[in-house]
Amino acid sequence: MKSPLLSATGLQKTFRRGENRFAALAGVDLEIAAGETLALVGPSGSGKSTLARVLMRLIEPDAGALRFAGENLLALTGSRLRAIRSRFQMVFQDPLAAFNPRATVERVLYDPLRIHRIAGRGERPQRIGALLERVGLADTLRGRRIHEISGGQRQRVAIARAIATGPELVVLDEAVSALDVSVRAEIMALLACLQREQNIAYLFISHDLALVRDTAHRVAVIDQGRIVETGEAKRLIAAPASAMGKALVAAAMKLPRRNGPEFLP
Amino acid sequence: MSTLLEISGLRVRYRSGRSEAEALRGIDLSLSASERVAVIGESGSGKSTLALAIAGLLPRDTLLEGDIRWPGLAHAPRNGKDIGFVFQDPGGTLDPVISVGRQVAEVAEVNLGFSRRRAMDLAAELFERVRLQGTLLHAYPHQLSGGQRQRVGIAAAIAAGPAVLVADEPTSALDTIVQAEIVSLIGRLVRESGMALLIVSHDIALAVAIADRIVVLKDGAVVEAGESAEIVARPRAAYTQKLLAACLTLDETADEGAL
Repeated sequence: MKSPLLSATGLQKTFRRGENRFAALAGVDLEIAAGETLALVGPSGSGKSTLARVLMRLIEPDAGALRFAGENLLALTGSRLRAIRSRFQMVFQDPLAAFNPRATVERVLYDPLRIHRIAGRGERPQRIGALLERVGLADTLRGRRIHEISGGQRQRVAIARAIATGPELVVLDEAVSALDVSVRAEIMALLACLQREQNIAYLFISHDLALVRDTAHRVAVIDQGRIVETGEAKRLIAAPASAMGKALVAAAMKLPRRNGPEFLP
Repeated sequence: MSTLLEISGLRVRYRSGRSEAEALRGIDLSLSASERVAVIGESGSGKSTLALAIAGLLPRDTLLEGDIRWPGLAHAPRNGKDIGFVFQDPGGTLDPVISVGRQVAEVAEVNLGFSRRRAMDLAAELFERVRLQGTLLHAYPHQLSGGQRQRVGIAAAIAAGPAVLVADEPTSALDTIVQAEIVSLIGRLVRESGMALLIVSHDIALAVAIADRIVVLKDGAVVEAGESAEIVARPRAAYTQKLLAACLTLDETADEGAL
């Protein structure tokens, strides 16, 4: 088998506040292959966002190993860490909280190009135009401030920022949860298109099992800081094996069939 | 069934400096006693404005035209007493420095004239009804989970025995398992007490699960209204069809092809 793009083994992270300890990650093993969408599902407090942040090296794990494209990610520091960071990016749930609201769209997209020394200074404005076009935004939005544009437009800017460095992995942490259903469908289509064209792998963190079933290749179920089940998306959601997998599927909202006379239980 | 609430030709405009935004453009809606109605629509459809208008919670300088009448009540409705309101973010509506039990008890003191002790007894009873442990009466909001805070919000909303419970996206900030619990809790409380329910949501599946009737709002106007099952089975408005098409649920057949 081809070696995975990212592999985590035995990741642990305990948060401490005074006497209190909370084991957010209690030994996580996880692999993501190049170009695949792996969904991560679990209830609030199960460790989803902590895991995402550890994988992005935004927080340090207490124990465990993390490899990205064959490199020991936890051993990298300084310029070598900075260099590899351009290869994995993250999109957050609320772009208004993730960006300076007063920054212009152009500013938000310029920074990753500058930090990762992509394109010459003179070329960057043109590069930004190309990024806006890729995510379906008009070039005229360039000068607008983040707080002035709609939620869907903001999330497109966040995606443009994430793909600016040509990453192989993008973590989408509830990236479409705050959007209206019709906007959500558009953003999912955009992500699918980018994946096909650039072979990007996604770690797709979501509460929405129907969306996961229809968009992910594989699913990992996390409960109390441990991966309790992984499997092919449609199969796992049709027949979950773990207690948490079953609880999540049971809680998902159901609609009566649209052309039949059935009613809800 | 007797009519509790009758809204006709309701128009709401928000003022900001010299500009005005029309949030509702002539809404007609009635609610019978014990009836459960869901108002659905996307961001900016005016659904929250409608909930706030019914509860009299719109900002003072809002321009309001049309009628909101309460034929089911013998007097002008009082918020908290006749109308219970459940907000999307219970963390934002609870006082962070008062125990949650006291906050629920206060509703009974203010609206029912209960003594402090009697109100606290009622709060304990309400905690049981919303399935919160009694020990949590003395907890502060930050010590509770999002789901527990929403249960406190619901206990406070029903404390004075209102005729109608208005819930504005009560589960949108919660994870799916907790969402399902809160929806079934609201459904049970409404059935037990015979309150009417007006629930605002962007989630058509949730609306069907809890409401007898669905009202679909778009750009401040009603585009479709009818029995929940009927709307799902035979949506007439193009907008409702679009909402249903975009709404993925686990019991629809999955399309081929992953992302």
